[in-house]
Order: sequence, then structure tokens, then C-alpha cells
Amino acid sequence: MTTTIDTTAPSSGDPLGQSGAGELVATGVHAWFSGRLVLKDVSLDMERSRVTALIGPSGCGKSTFLRILNRMHETIPGAELAGQVALNGSDIYSDEERATTVRRHIGMVFQRPNPFPAMTIEQNVLAGLRFNRIRGVKKADLVEESLTKAGLWSEVKDRLSSLGGALSGGQQQRLCIARALAIKPAVLLMDEPCSALDPGSTLRIEQTIGEISEEVTVVIVTHNMQQANRVSDNCAFFLAEDGNPGRIVESGPTEKLFNRPEDPRTLDYVNGRFG
Amino acid sequence: MSTVQIAKPTTDEVIEVLPKPVKTRDFKPADAGLLLVTLLASYATTWIIFNQITLLSGTFGFVVVNAVLFLGLYWFVNLQLHGRHQAVDRLLGGLVTLGAMCMIIPLIMLVVYVFVKGLPLLNLNRFTKTQAGVGPLSPPSAGGFLHAIVGTLEQVALAGLLGIPIAVVTAIFLNEIGGKIAGSVRVVVTAMSGTPAILAGVFIYSIWVLTVHGYSGFAASLALAILLLPTVTRGTEEVLRIVHRDLREASAALGAPDWRTVWSVVLPTARSGLVTSILLGIAVSIGETAPLLMTVFGAQVMNLNPFHNPQAALPLVVFQEIKLPQEVAVALGYTASLVLFILVFAIFILARILGSSWLQDRLRSRGSKARAPKMSPAEEEAVMTAVLAPAMAPHDVDGPERE
Repeated sequence: MTTTIDTTAPSSGDPLGQSGAGELVATGVHAWFSGRLVLKDVSLDMERSRVTALIGPSGCGKSTFLRILNRMHETIPGAELAGQVALNGSDIYSDEERATTVRRHIGMVFQRPNPFPAMTIEQNVLAGLRFNRIRGVKKADLVEESLTKAGLWSEVKDRLSSLGGALSGGQQQRLCIARALAIKPAVLLMDEPCSALDPGSTLRIEQTIGEISEEVTVVIVTHNMQQANRVSDNCAFFLAEDGNPGRIVESGPTEKLFNRPEDPRTLDYVNGRFG
Repeated sequence: MSTVQIAKPTTDEVIEVLPKPVKTRDFKPADAGLLLVTLLASYATTWIIFNQITLLSGTFGFVVVNAVLFLGLYWFVNLQLHGRHQAVDRLLGGLVTLGAMCMIIPLIMLVVYVFVKGLPLLNLNRFTKTQAGVGPLSPPSAGGFLHAIVGTLEQVALAGLLGIPIAVVTAIFLNEIGGKIAGSVRVVVTAMSGTPAILAGVFIYSIWVLTVHGYSGFAASLALAILLLPTVTRGTEEVLRIVHRDLREASAALGAPDWRTVWSVVLPTARSGLVTSILLGIAVSIGETAPLLMTVFGAQVMNLNPFHNPQAALPLVVFQEIKLPQEVAVALGYTASLVLFILVFAIFILARILGSSWLQDRLRSRGSKARAPKMSPAEEEAVMTAVLAPAMAPHDVDGPERE
């Protein structure tokens, strides 16, 4: 069962509109909130079809960095930034690119499950299609495909027309993943997607991440070191020391970062000695 | 609940002995009796104070003294029987109930009064006939308020059509867009809610009625729209505010433009609150009399066209009839009040039905093949939690880390 979405439909000639997983490269990213520098000179290559984990103690700017990657940062009053972010080689902050188009190609799953309470499960999955006026898609197939990828299909297939808010917390979060996957993003950003969930639901979502990473590049923020170790291929360790803005201390393959880190602070952090 | 199991050695049967379930805050029949006895005792004491001991008199004083005595007595009795915590709990419970009764009893009295006064002359004619051909010598049962019912419905509907969209858009501007001028707009809206109704009438009278347009139902709609605007705006703004930011972010992250987020996520989520605030606006405008005096003028016969010539309106009929010297006219005024009352009630019930499950089912089944099943109470609760819980949750996890 394959469902193809004509991604060029709303804006033809869109450089971001390549199907399949995308490569996201951030170069020299800085971020400010109300004039205060919170993120300094962050450069990171998030490889195609790989899972990149952003780890670090609270307040080190990793969530801010994540939100810069799909232009959600700019929705906060007083937020400013500098630097480049490129998806498949084209700058998402260029004047030709609309924020809404960028966010369609770079999806996001939030810390707290946030299905639309006024919509059914089915409508939740199809919300992105509706918002972007994507037509010519077999809706029933897409709903099944997206929910299957998110590992929720077997649990909800008989009640697609009940409300999304009626699911349990873990199911809601998987519904949010299905919703994000339904518009076939090139990259999926996940901001601590399991921090509000029980261990069983966490496991299901980690499995989902493993299964989808072939067709969508995943960037995940997590406080859970074991989770970062389990799900990610690459890892970036963020740190903000003594009131300084956050920056990347070390990044590279997860296996290397956890077993043979170059920086002593990374070693301390991954071994749970601070943060 | 812990269970105690006693195994009989002779047989292999296990008899389960459950402890007696206890509701820690149960209001038992004995408590109801206590309440009743205390009420009786306080009433008797007040009676003795008023009629035997002192020269105090008057219903109001009686009620106040009775209430104070009751609360004191209730506290004391509970103190003796249940201890200090229980006594304070019951005392405060009693105080809160008393406050609620201060609100509800006048309301009930008002409704009962209108029914008692209006019911004798209420008949089917009142809903099907106009005052056409009805004179001072006609029997009291002749004629009706159909012209006024039609007039009021047309005027309020037009006022709603004019005012509600503007009010909702203003609320969306205040809450979703904001910016520098939002503050001053909010001040203006707040000030507008204090506009004396008569002033709205005078305003429309001078700029609309006195110019070339003359008296008409539409002039009344303009005045009523001015009056419902601030109510609906403030109400809508409040219900939009409790839609959590998470949902707006989820929508934005799917690539939805802001207008899409408002239209497809924020408004549907806030729908039941939206219906309430619109109903409040309708309620404000349907009962207004002062602006009608200078805009519709009133009529005895049917005028279906709200844009031309004077029209009747129910509140105006009440006002005009009750002023008249004839007893029958005054009684008819009360009947007109009752008709207005029934009308408002009917509109509210209708709006509640439209705003709740029926329409929701229709809207939901529009997108899906299968017709949506009716929500079970558990589902409904889950939805309420999903809608309300984020709004009430602490905001510490609201934004991204900023340190």
C-alpha cells in the first residue's frame, strides 16, 4: 500500500519539496530571547535517514535549537536568531521560503500530547492535509498508513470517528506522530516526546522512531540518556555553563559519544555525574 | 480497599469478608435531620425574639436574624457532635449555600411572579394573532402578540447578524493577533459594555431615524448590535483564551497559516463556550426596551418588513401596556412578559441543542464515512479534560527553555 502526495501542489518549484528523508544542516546558529543570548554558534549536521539526539541539562538551549529548525522559534514574542539552517541544501530562512511551507516539510511532535480535541482520530491524522489544501490523496489509505507507522492502527481502527481526546496519553502522543507523518515531512522534530508518558508508551514510541527513520530524518530532544543511547545514530551534547549561552560541547556518532567522548564534561554527563 | 480473607480449615471454601465501605464526606439521613431540626429551632427562636421579647418587626430583619441564628446554632450543634473541623466545614458550607440562595430565590420569585400575573390571560391567540382590530371594548382574550414576536425576532436576528461577526472577529484580534493597539481596543470594548442602553437608542435616533430612514426594525437592530457587541466580544475573548497554546503550536507545526489555526483549531475547540457567549449577547439584546423606544416606535399590526415603517417589539409591548390605566391592559402587559420569557427560553434551548451534540455529530460525520456514534459519558469527560486540563495546568512547561 503506497500513498503518494503531490508535494508540489501548493507551491510548485519548491526547492524543499523533495520526497523522502531530508538532510538538515545548521550553521552558526545563535538565538536570543528579548535581547538575551541563549544559544551561541551552534553548527550541526543532521544526516539523512538518521536519528539525531540532542542531549544536555535543562536550560541549555536544545529545545530552542530544535524550534529554530522548523521556524517555530519565531512564533515566540521577543525571539530572535542568526545563522543558517538548510534543508537539502536550501536555506529555510531565505526570503523566498514561507514559514508555513518550511513547517510542512519539517514536522514536529511536542512534549505534551496535543491532539485537536474537537476533531476525531481520523480528522486529526488528516488535519495537515486539510491545513495545506493537499488533494488527490486516498484518505482512508493515508489514515491507515500513518496510524500503522505510528503503531496505533490496531488499537484505534474500530473507532476512527471518536474524538482524539478520548485516547490515553501514550495513544494521544502516537496520534500526534501519525498526524505529523501524514503530510510526509522530510524531517521530524521531537521535543521530549516521551517525558509525559509511562514506560510502556515510551517503549512503543521508541520502536516507532526506529521504524520511521528510514523515510524521515528524526531529530529528538531528550533528557533520558538511555533513550538517546537506544534510539539515536548521532548525538549532540549541549551545555550552558554558568550563565553563558548554550552551545554544543561535542557531537558525533552516539556510540562514540557514550563510550569514548573527547570532552570530560560529556563523559561526566553521559555517566550521570551532573545535570 | 483491603480485603480480609478467612479460610475455613474444614472446607476449601474461602469466604471473603469485606469491610464496611465508608464515605468520608457522606451526608447521612441523620445529618439531614440535624439540619432540619436546626432550621426549625432557629426559626422558632427568631419568632420568639421578634414577637415575644422585642419590638422588632419586618420580613427582611426576620430573615437576616434567622440566618445568623441558624448558622450559629448549626456550628454549635456540629461542634458538640462531630468536633471542630466538621463544625467549621459545615458552617462554611452553610454560608456558601446561603449566598447561592440569595441569588436563586429572587430569580425564582421573579419567574413565579411573571407566571402568576401573566398566565390568566395567556391563550393561543397570543401567539397567532396581532392587535389589529382590537379596541377597548374587545374581550380580554382577543388579539395577540404575533406582530411583536415577529418584530422582536427580526430585530434581534438582524442585530446578531450585524454584531456577532464583528464581536467574534474583534475577540480573535484581541486574543490571537494582539499587538500594540489591542490594549486600547480592549479599553474601548470594556467602556462600551457600560454604555447606557438609552444612549445607544439616542445615538441611532439621531444618526439614522432622524435623517432620512425613519422608524424601523432595522434601526432597533443597529442599537441592539451596539449593545451586544461588548458582551459577545469579552465573552468570546475569554473562551478563546482558555484554548491552550499547545494546540496552536501543533497546528502551526503542521504548516497551517494563522487564519487556518483560528478557523480549524481554535474556534472548534472553543465552540461550546462560543455558543454561550453569543447567547449572552442575544439575551442582552432581546430584553432591551430603552433603545426600542426611539427606534422601532411600536405598532399594533403586523409589519413583516424590518427595513421600513415602525414595527412592534415584545419588550415595548410590555412597557406600553403596563403604563395604561385599564386593568386588562396591565394584565396583558404581564402576559406579554410571559410570552417574551417563553420566547427567550425557547431560543436558549434551541441554541443549546444546535451548539451541542447534534451539530457536533453532524460535523464530525461529514469528514468520515461512518456516522459518528454518540459520545459516551466517559468519552465526554475525556474530552472535557482534554479541553480544560491544559488550560488549568501550570504554565511551567509552556514554553521552550529560556535559561
